[in-house]
Amino acid sequence: MKPAPFAYHRPDSVDEALQVLAELGADGKVLAGGQSLVPLLNMRLAAPTALVDINRLDQLAYVRIEESGVRVGATARHADVERDEATYDALPLLRQALTHVAHPTIRNRGTTVGSLVHADPSGEMTAVLALLGGSVEIRTAAATRTVAAADFFLGPLESAVGAGELAASAHFPLPEGNAGTAWVEVARRHGDYAICGVGALVTLDDDLRVAAARAAYISVDATPVVRDLTDAVAGQPHDAADWAAAGALAAGELDPEADIHATAAYRRHLAAVLTARAQRAAATHAEQR
Amino acid sequence: MSTRIFGEPIPRREDPRLLSGQGRYLDDLGHGALAAAFVRSPHAHARIVDIDVSDALEVEGLVAIYTHEDLPGQVGHPLPLLIPHPTLTQARTPYPLAKDEVNHVGEAIVMVVATDRYLAEDACQRIRVDYDFLPPVVGIEQSRAADLLVHDDVPDNVSAHMLQEVGDAPAAIDAAPHRLHLDLDIERSASMPMEGKGVYARWDADDRSLRVYTSTQASTSVRAAIAARLGLPLDRVEVVAPDVGGGFGVKIMHPWPEEVLVPWASITLGREVTWAEDRREHFVSSAHERAQQHQVDVGFDDDGRLLGLDVTFWHDNGAYTPYGIIVPIVTSTQLLGPYKPGAYRVEFFSLYTNTVLVTPYRGAGRPQGCFVMERTMDAIAAYLGLDRTTVRERNFIQPEEMPYDHGLVFQDGRPLVYDSGDYPATLEKLKKLVGWDEFEVFREQARADGRRVGIGIGCYVEGTGPGPYEGGFVKVETDGTVIVATGLTSQGQGHQTAFAQVVAEELGVPVDKVVVTTGDTRRFKYAVGTFASRAAVMSGNAVALATRKVREKALRIAGDALEADPADLEIVDGVVQVKGTPGATIPLSTVAVLSNPLRYAFDEETKRATQFAAPADVDKPPIEEGGEPGLEATAYYSPPRSTFANGMHAAIVETDPETAEIKILRYCVVHDCGTLINPRIVEGQIHGGVAQGVGGALYERMVYDESGQLLNASYMDFLMPYATEVPNIEIDHLETPSPLNPLGLKGAGEAGVIPGSAVLSSAIEDAEGIRITRMPISPSELYHLRQKESTTR
Ligand SMILES: Cc1cc2nc3c(=O)[nH]c(=O)nc-3n(C[C@H](O)[C@H](O)[C@H](O)COP(=O)(O)OP(=O)(O)OC[C@H]3O[C@@H](n4cnc5c(N)ncnc54)[C@H](O)[C@@H]3O)c2cc1C
Repeated sequence: MKPAPFAYHRPDSVDEALQVLAELGADGKVLAGGQSLVPLLNMRLAAPTALVDINRLDQLAYVRIEESGVRVGATARHADVERDEATYDALPLLRQALTHVAHPTIRNRGTTVGSLVHADPSGEMTAVLALLGGSVEIRTAAATRTVAAADFFLGPLESAVGAGELAASAHFPLPEGNAGTAWVEVARRHGDYAICGVGALVTLDDDLRVAAARAAYISVDATPVVRDLTDAVAGQPHDAADWAAAGALAAGELDPEADIHATAAYRRHLAAVLTARAQRAAATHAEQR
Repeated sequence: MSTRIFGEPIPRREDPRLLSGQGRYLDDLGHGALAAAFVRSPHAHARIVDIDVSDALEVEGLVAIYTHEDLPGQVGHPLPLLIPHPTLTQARTPYPLAKDEVNHVGEAIVMVVATDRYLAEDACQRIRVDYDFLPPVVGIEQSRAADLLVHDDVPDNVSAHMLQEVGDAPAAIDAAPHRLHLDLDIERSASMPMEGKGVYARWDADDRSLRVYTSTQASTSVRAAIAARLGLPLDRVEVVAPDVGGGFGVKIMHPWPEEVLVPWASITLGREVTWAEDRREHFVSSAHERAQQHQVDVGFDDDGRLLGLDVTFWHDNGAYTPYGIIVPIVTSTQLLGPYKPGAYRVEFFSLYTNTVLVTPYRGAGRPQGCFVMERTMDAIAAYLGLDRTTVRERNFIQPEEMPYDHGLVFQDGRPLVYDSGDYPATLEKLKKLVGWDEFEVFREQARADGRRVGIGIGCYVEGTGPGPYEGGFVKVETDGTVIVATGLTSQGQGHQTAFAQVVAEELGVPVDKVVVTTGDTRRFKYAVGTFASRAAVMSGNAVALATRKVREKALRIAGDALEADPADLEIVDGVVQVKGTPGATIPLSTVAVLSNPLRYAFDEETKRATQFAAPADVDKPPIEEGGEPGLEATAYYSPPRSTFANGMHAAIVETDPETAEIKILRYCVVHDCGTLINPRIVEGQIHGGVAQGVGGALYERMVYDESGQLLNASYMDFLMPYATEVPNIEIDHLETPSPLNPLGLKGAGEAGVIPGSAVLSSAIEDAEGIRITRMPISPSELYHLRQKESTTR
C-alpha cells in the first residue's frame, strides 16, 4: 500500500496552480485534503504522474455568506463549513449534513469542494448541492465557468471538472420562503458512508401548510437524486401531513443497487422511511425558524 | 506486607509509554534495512504457468527477486504442520512461496527485495504471472458438495473427521419426551489486530548469528522453526517480539512464510531485511476464523432438562491446515458450557475451501459452540414456555459436583474436567445486575412508546491456561531493581503490570522496582506462547514460584548477615528485617551484593562482597555446596490440565420497527476467572472481548464472492465496531479460585468475546419474535427476516 511514483507540485497561489495545471494537462491531479485521493494512491487504484497540492492556496480557504447563498472555497475544510456559526444561521442544512460526513478528524482535513469533485454517490454534500440547486465554479488559466449541480455530477466518482481544471468554489443558494431542512441517514456504523441518506427541504405557506417539498438522496443511484414530493403533501398542515405518502412516492421512483451491506429492497424501504422522517423534521424546522 | 499489591486495580504501567507514542513496534525498527514486498495471487485457485520478472529488473533500487525455484532445499518446503492430530488425516500446509499452484487469493508467489518498500511495490507491479484457472471452492456448502476439489488428492475436501461420544445420544433423544432440531450458522471473521504481521532480520556474518524481530505471539517457537528451516544451530538464532500491536490469535500461527523468507533473504544478501504487512495483505494472507454450520438434535424432559444432545458441524478451514484442527475441537468440547448434556455425541468435518486459512481467533471455536448451545437452550425454553434462565438453571453443573468430568478429550489432549466454578451464583448475580425479573415492566413501557426491546442471555465455560508449561526468571540486581523475564509474549495484555504485581507481592518490594520482559529469547529461552487465555495462569504462576525461590535465598543470606534465623525474617518494601525487632535490617540490594562473592569490586557497594571485606568461615567455600551466585532463580509451572473460567452475559437491545437498526441499550457481564491479580486489567480484557463479540454478532463478516474474491478487504467495508457501536459494559466479578495452581488463577483473555453472538441473537429474537439462527445479522438481513415472517404468517 505505497503509491506509485509521482511528481509533486505545491503552488503558492491560485494563478500558479492554474499555470501548473495547464502545463500538466491530463497528467496532473489536484490534491486537496487527500482523504479520498491518498487511499486511492496507496492502493494503486489511481496512479497520476503528477500531484498538484492546493493546500497552500489560502485565498481559497474561505466560507463566505453572500446575498444569494453560502460560497465555500476550495481549501475550506468540512470542519470550517460545519463550525461556522453565521453559515449555520444562514443555511442550517450544511451543518445538518456535515455532521454525518465521516468523523471529526477526517472533516478537519477533507474539503467540501473536494468531496463534490470526488462525486462519490454516497457523499452527503453532493446531495446537498443538488437539493439546493447550487453550482461549482471551475477555473483554468484561461477561463472561469460555472456548472449547475444538475450538470456537475456525471457518474460515480465522475464530475464535470476536467483535466487541467481547478474547482475554485461551490455555491449553496439559500432556499426561498419559509423553508426548513433536515438530513437523515442510516449508516452501518457511526460516520460511515450511508446505506441511504435523505436531505429534505420543505417550504410552508403563511398558514403553515406545505407549499413545497423536495428531497435528495445519496447511495441510491450513480449520482445524487432529487425528487419533488410536493404532490403528495401540498396544502396539508405541517404537523399532520402524509409524509408516508411522500416516502412511498419517492421510493417508488428509485432503483437502488445491492451491495455487501444492504439489498436493493432494503435500500428502497429505507428511502421511504427516511423520506418521511426527513420531511417531517424539515417541516418542524420550518415552523420553528 | 503492609499493603497488598496483588489484587489491586493499579493502572497499567505500560500505558504511559504506549499511549504517548513511545512504543517500539516492528515497523519502528530497522531504519535503513532493505524492504520486502510480495506478489500475491489475485486468483482463488489456479496453476502457475509462468512468472516473468524481466520488466521489474529495470526498477531502480531493486535488490533481489525470489520465486519458489530460488529457495534452496528446506527453505522451499511446505511449512510445518504445527499441531498434528490422529483424525487430521489430510493435512496440507502452504509453501513459503507458491509452487505450481495457488489455493487462495493472497497466497505469496514472488518475494521482491528493494531499497525501500515503495520501490519493492513498484517492482511487484511489473512482475507478470500467467495462470491456468481452476474452479474455486468457496464456502461450506460448496465444499461439502465436493463436486469441485481444493486439493486434487483430497477427494471430498475433508481434512479431518472427528467423533466423540459419551453415552448413546441418538437413543436418548429418541426416547426423550420432547425433541428439537436446529440449524445454526456462524460466518467468517478475523482477529484484525491494528498492527499487522511484520518481520525484521539482521544477519551478523562475522558472528554467524541471526537476530529476528517479529510481531508474534510465540517467539521461542518461531526461533526453533527458523533455526530448523535455515539449518542454523539454535544458539545462533535470537527472536525478539518487540511491542506487538495486538494479536488476538492470528500471530500464534507461525512460522508465517515471511518469518522464514525474510531471515533467509537477510542471510543470502548479507543485509538487514524488513517486511511490514499492510492492511490489504493482512486481509488476504493472514488467517480468518469462525465459519461453521451446525446441526443440533436435542432431547429433553418436561422440565427442560437435557437427556441427549447430538451435534454435527462443518468447519471451514480455508486452503491449508498448518495449525491443525484446534478450532473445531474447541467447539466440539466447549459448546457444553456450564451444562450437563445427558448423553452427548459430537461429530465434525473440517473442510478445505479456496479461501484464507483458518487459525484460532480470540475465543477459538468457543463463540460458535456457545452460540449453538445457547440457541438450543432458548429454543427449549420457547418450546416449553419456560423462562430462559430457568431452563439454564435446571441444566447447570452444581458447585458440589466439581471437579466435573465430561468424559471427553479437550484441546490440550487432556480430559475435559472442570476444576471449579459456581454457575448458579453467577446466574443469580447476572439476573440482579441486568434486572432480568423486572424486564417485562420495561418492555411494556417501551411498547407504549412505540419502541421494540428485547433481552438476551449467554453463558459459557472456557478452558484456559493449557500447558505444557511456562517459566519465569527473577533476579534482584545490586541496585535493588527486580528483573523478571518470561518467554511468552505480550500483545497489550498488561503483563508488565500483572506479573510485576505477582513478584512485588511474593517478594515484598514496591511494584515500581520490578521490570518485566516478555517474548525475548535472549532473556528466556523456554516458552510456549500467548494464546488460550494462558499467560496469567502459566507465567503468573511460574514467576510466583521463581520469586519464592529468590525470597528463600534472600532470607538465608540476610540471616547470615544479620545473624538471625531466616524464619524470623520478613521483607517489607525491599528491606529484609527481623520481625518485631526494629533496627536489624538489610536492604535487598545489599543482599544481592552479598549473594555474589567477588574478587573485584566494581563500585562502592560491591566492596562488601570482596574477600577481605568481612570475617568469613575460612573452612567453607564462599558459595555453599549446590548453591549459585546471584540473587536469582528460574522456575517452571506445568499444569496437570486446563483450568475452567466461566461467565454469563446479558444484553438489552432495541430494534427500530421501521429501519431494522439494532441498538444495544445495556450489556452486562458477570465473570469468574478465579483469583484476580488486577481487576482493572481483567475488566479491560472483558471490554475488548465484548467489543469483538459485538463486532462478530452485528458487523463483521468476510464477504467472498463465488470466484473466491474477498469483497471487503479493507476497514471501509469490513466493519469493526467503533467506540460508538460498543455499549457501556457493566461488570460484576465472582472469584472461584482454581485448585490447580498456586495462585488460584484462571484465564481471562478471551472470555469477553465468547457469548457475543449467543447473547445478541437471544436479545434480538426476544425483541422481534423471529427465530435467529445465523450470525452476524445486519439491519438489511433483519428487514428481510421480518418480510419473510410477515408473508408466512
Ligand atoms: C474513513 C473515511 C470516511 C469517510 N466518510 C465519508 C462520508 O461519510 N461522507 C462523505 O461525503 N465523505 C466521506 N469521506 C470522504 C471525505 O469527505 C473526503 O474528504 C472528500 O470526499 C474529499 O475531499 P478531500 O479534500 O479529502 O479531497 P482529495 O482526497 O484530496 O481529492 C478527492 C478528488 O477530488 C479532486 N479534487 C479535490 N479538490 C479539487 C479541486 N478543488 N479541484 C479539482 N479537483 C479536486 C482530487 O483530484 C481527487 O480526484 C470519508 C473519508 C474517509 C477517509
